[in-house]
Amino acid sequence: MKHAQTYQLTVNEMNEFLEQLSKKYDIYAPVRISCGGRYAKDDSIIYQPINTYQEIEFHERSTYPLKEVLTPITQTLFYFTEDEFKESKSPQKDVLIFGRACDINSIKIQDQIYLQNGGIEDYFYKRIRDKIKFILMDCPEQFEGCFCCSVGANKTDMQSLAVSDNNGSAYVGIYDSDFNNYFAKYSAVDHEIQTPLENELKVDYPVIDNLDLANKLKEHPMWKEFDARCIGCGSCTVSCSTCTCFETTDIVYTQNAHIGERRRTCSSCMVDGFDKVAGGQSFRKKTSEKYRYKILHKVYGYNARFHTGPMCVGCGRCSARCPELISYPATLNKLSQAIKEIKGGVQHD
Amino acid sequence: MTNNPVKPTACKLLDIMPQTQTEWTFRVKNNLPIKHGQFMQLSLPKVGEAPISISGFGDGYVDFTIRKVGKVTDGLFSLKKGDNIFIRGCYGNGWPTEQFKNKTVVIIAGGTGVSPVKSLVNMLCEHSNYARNIYLILGFKNSHSILFADELKKWQTASHFHVIYTLDDENYPGFKKGLVTDFIKEIPFASFDNEYECIIVGPPIMMKFVGMGLLMNKVPEKKIWMSFERKMSCGIGKCGHCRIDETYVCLDGPVFNYTIGKKLID
Repeated sequence: MKHAQTYQLTVNEMNEFLEQLSKKYDIYAPVRISCGGRYAKDDSIIYQPINTYQEIEFHERSTYPLKEVLTPITQTLFYFTEDEFKESKSPQKDVLIFGRACDINSIKIQDQIYLQNGGIEDYFYKRIRDKIKFILMDCPEQFEGCFCCSVGANKTDMQSLAVSDNNGSAYVGIYDSDFNNYFAKYSAVDHEIQTPLENELKVDYPVIDNLDLANKLKEHPMWKEFDARCIGCGSCTVSCSTCTCFETTDIVYTQNAHIGERRRTCSSCMVDGFDKVAGGQSFRKKTSEKYRYKILHKVYGYNARFHTGPMCVGCGRCSARCPELISYPATLNKLSQAIKEIKGGVQHD
Repeated sequence: MTNNPVKPTACKLLDIMPQTQTEWTFRVKNNLPIKHGQFMQLSLPKVGEAPISISGFGDGYVDFTIRKVGKVTDGLFSLKKGDNIFIRGCYGNGWPTEQFKNKTVVIIAGGTGVSPVKSLVNMLCEHSNYARNIYLILGFKNSHSILFADELKKWQTASHFHVIYTLDDENYPGFKKGLVTDFIKEIPFASFDNEYECIIVGPPIMMKFVGMGLLMNKVPEKKIWMSFERKMSCGIGKCGHCRIDETYVCLDGPVFNYTIGKKLID
């Protein structure tokens, strides 16, 4: 990845830079929350607004994905009265987000659903998306279970800046001339910021090229084990960089039941009720059916609709978050095997 | 950026018309153009939004027939004439009405499945020259769950209509006892000269068996149309609930030709 200019800044200089940027931008980055994790004394790393360079967690994968800046777990869409729905306040400043290549690539998938699908733009997504610029984090260490290279999410050209943490200093690459002014007082250095070229984990991402094959796979016995293994908690979809599903619910202020707010809340096809219609009927009752539905969306449904490749950036968060230690790459391998069996004419009872 | 596709509009509740003890039709002020078989997103007070089939429409109004199913719809059932109700839409493709012109139209619907097809049946009834003739099989569980009783009578007396009304497990005047599938054989498909189309609406299990029944009567798949009911939180292809593989029921449906619908496996 060659670019026109790279600068080396000390931590103090980075903080000055961030302070200058903060006049125009809200800046988000992965931040470590001490003891904020699922288990006792377990940290979590989540996307939060930052003021200083030291707040950024460079050396461990964030627990939750970058999408939360755009589509928080819960957001208020409208405030309503008996006569009117009024949109919640728009973000005021522009937004800069630190993310790794996979994280930034995941926003292409979010864009596809929220801005493209059905030719309809979601107002609430678009109003923040239009304000966002990305700062690419180089990701030299990678993490257990990462496979961005297997799905082509290891490279991006969506960044305005790139940052490489270098023990007490930072390399900053400029890809967007809007940021040139900030660096007038520095001299460029000869340094190339790299994103991952190879992962330890290699995944042969399955290809399902037609609906008949997808429908045959739904009948395959490979899913049965997940009735026993998967508890349908939805941890995988909440932590997924690319999952977009949500619920719309109203809450009313108890003093007056006609005034309240409409919220959009992250939803999951893994939990009961996701497909429940008014009469109470559900279409996927077993956990194995829910899991199959999720996996086939990632591998088949998304690409069959948009023709832009898998709905996955190989960030590894779903497997890292699964309390039952279910590995998504292992499922993909089983799926590849099942595809071979079906194409080879193997019958199952 | 002013257009917000999920922002609902307050519309006046013009009338409330109970159909059964638990199913009421809400007539709401509306001036937007509607196609038969479309749906709207209705705000259910204190709950959120739900997709509701349009069961009728006319000059300045739209009808929704809704079943009282506990907490979710309680707020709706406590509204009074003159109150505001929040709606947005219309959504969905609707029935391919043009294809029904000058043909025989076979309509088989069950329970609340009558709602999404009711405005079409009324149009076909009022415009007796639109289709050649209509074969209508409508099924309900029992005499307490009969919907649109006034309209059932009207359709029964229309000269170009052949109707069979059924109740699953009850003998009742004007209704035959049995499932709608039991009466498919009474439709003289061979006499239609291949100039016909079929419509199926109802619970998934009913649509499955009616579809099989039609195929057994040598109805070609491409002459069968069905309407799908799925959960939706947005109606505009964002929330993900109604997706089946690459198909979004809200955007691509809810009406599907059988050749496509038979492959939609949740």
